[in-house]
Amino acid sequence: MIERIAALVNADPAIVRWGRGMNETFMVEVGEAQFLLTVHEGKIEKLEKGPFVQRTWRFAIRASRESWEKFWQKTPAPGWHDLFGLLRRGEVAFEGDQRVLMAYLQYVKLVLAAPRKA
Amino acid sequence: MKLEPIIGKYGEFDFEKKKVRLYFEEAGSGIPLLCLHTAGSDGRQYRAVLNDPQITRNFRVITFDMPWHGKSSPPAGWEKQDYRLTTGSYTAMIMGFARALGLEKPVVMGCSIGGRVVLDLALKHARELRALIGLQTGAFVERYYDSSWLDHPEVHGGRACGAVAYGLMSPLSPEKERWETVWHYMQGGPGVFTGDLHFYQVEGDIRGRIGEIDTSLCPLYLLTGEYDYSASPRDTEAVTARVKGAKFTVMKGLGHFPMSENPEAFLGYLRPVLAEIASR
Repeated sequence: MIERIAALVNADPAIVRWGRGMNETFMVEVGEAQFLLTVHEGKIEKLEKGPFVQRTWRFAIRASRESWEKFWQKTPAPGWHDLFGLLRRGEVAFEGDQRVLMAYLQYVKLVLAAPRKA
Repeated sequence: MKLEPIIGKYGEFDFEKKKVRLYFEEAGSGIPLLCLHTAGSDGRQYRAVLNDPQITRNFRVITFDMPWHGKSSPPAGWEKQDYRLTTGSYTAMIMGFARALGLEKPVVMGCSIGGRVVLDLALKHARELRALIGLQTGAFVERYYDSSWLDHPEVHGGRACGAVAYGLMSPLSPEKERWETVWHYMQGGPGVFTGDLHFYQVEGDIRGRIGEIDTSLCPLYLLTGEYDYSASPRDTEAVTARVKGAKFTVMKGLGHFPMSENPEAFLGYLRPVLAEIASR
C-alpha cells in the first residue's frame, strides 16, 4: 500500500497544497519495514524502502502492519480512521521533531490516508 | 440571498468580575434550549439546530460564543495571562448567561467540553434545569497528545487545531460539513483550544462524583457518535454505568462534532429526545 503513496499524493493538488513549505524527510514504519519519504513543497520527491544505514529523518511514525491495514481500509472502523485515533489506542508512535510533525499535521494525515483512495 | 431565521446579538456580560462583550444567536420560541459549543470553536456549530423548524416550533434555541471564542471578546487584560477554562468558570458562565437572559428552567445541551460540563450542571444545578443533553460525554479524557503544540509560536495554531478536529470526525460524514467544522477550528484565537482542554484533559475530572447525579431531579440524555475516539461510546457507557436513569444512544456513523459534521443525521437523533423532553 505505502509504495503507492507518492503517486497518489503527487496527483492530488488538494493534498499537495497542505504541504506547501514542507521540505523534509520523514520515516514511516510498517511493522519491520522502513520507508523514508522526502517531501519538497508538498510533493513526495522520493519514497525509499529500507533497511537504512545512518540516514537522517525529521520525524518517524511507527505502527504495526496490522494497524496500517486497518487504517488503510476504504472505510476504516471507528478509532482506526485517523492518525490521532491510532495514537489514542496506543497503536502508533511518533518520534523525532514533534514541532515539524504538528506544523504539517493536516498534510501528514492526508498523505498517510491516501492509500484509502487506491 | 435566502435569509435564515437565526438572529445574532451582542451583550455586556459579567464574567469572573469583569465585563465581556458576548455574542449569542437564537431562533424559535418556547422551551429555552441552550447549546454549548466544543473546545476551541463557537456557536456556529449549532446552525442546523437553530435552522430546524421542527425544533424551533417548540424550542427557543440559543447558543453563545464563550468569552475568547467566535465573536465574543476576551476580558480586558487577556494579553497578560493564559486562558484556562475550569469547572468553576465554565458552570458560572453557563448559569450566569441563562440568568442574564432570564431563561426559565432551560434545557442545556453541550458537546465535548459541553458534554462534560452537563455532568457538573447535573450535580450542582439540577433543580434549575428542565433537562440535560450531553453530546460526546465522557467523565474524563487522559491526555494522549501534547496539546501545548496547539499554542506554539513555531506551529500555526489554526492549522494544527484544524488538523486535530479533522481526525475526530467520521469518514462517513459529508466532506462539506467536515471541512466547515475544521474551518471553525482554524479561526480560533491562539491558546484558546488549549485553554479549553485544560478543563477537558486536566482540571475537569468528574469521575469520582458522577454517582451522585440524581436524574429524577433533571433528566439526562447522552448521545455519542461512534467514530469519536476522544469521548468514545465506551467512555459514555462508563458514565451511564454509574448514573442511574441516564438515557444513552450511540449515533451510528457520526464523530465528535455530530451537530456540525453531519447535521441531518444528528437531527434524526436529537428530535425524538427533544420531543420527549417537551412532553414531560
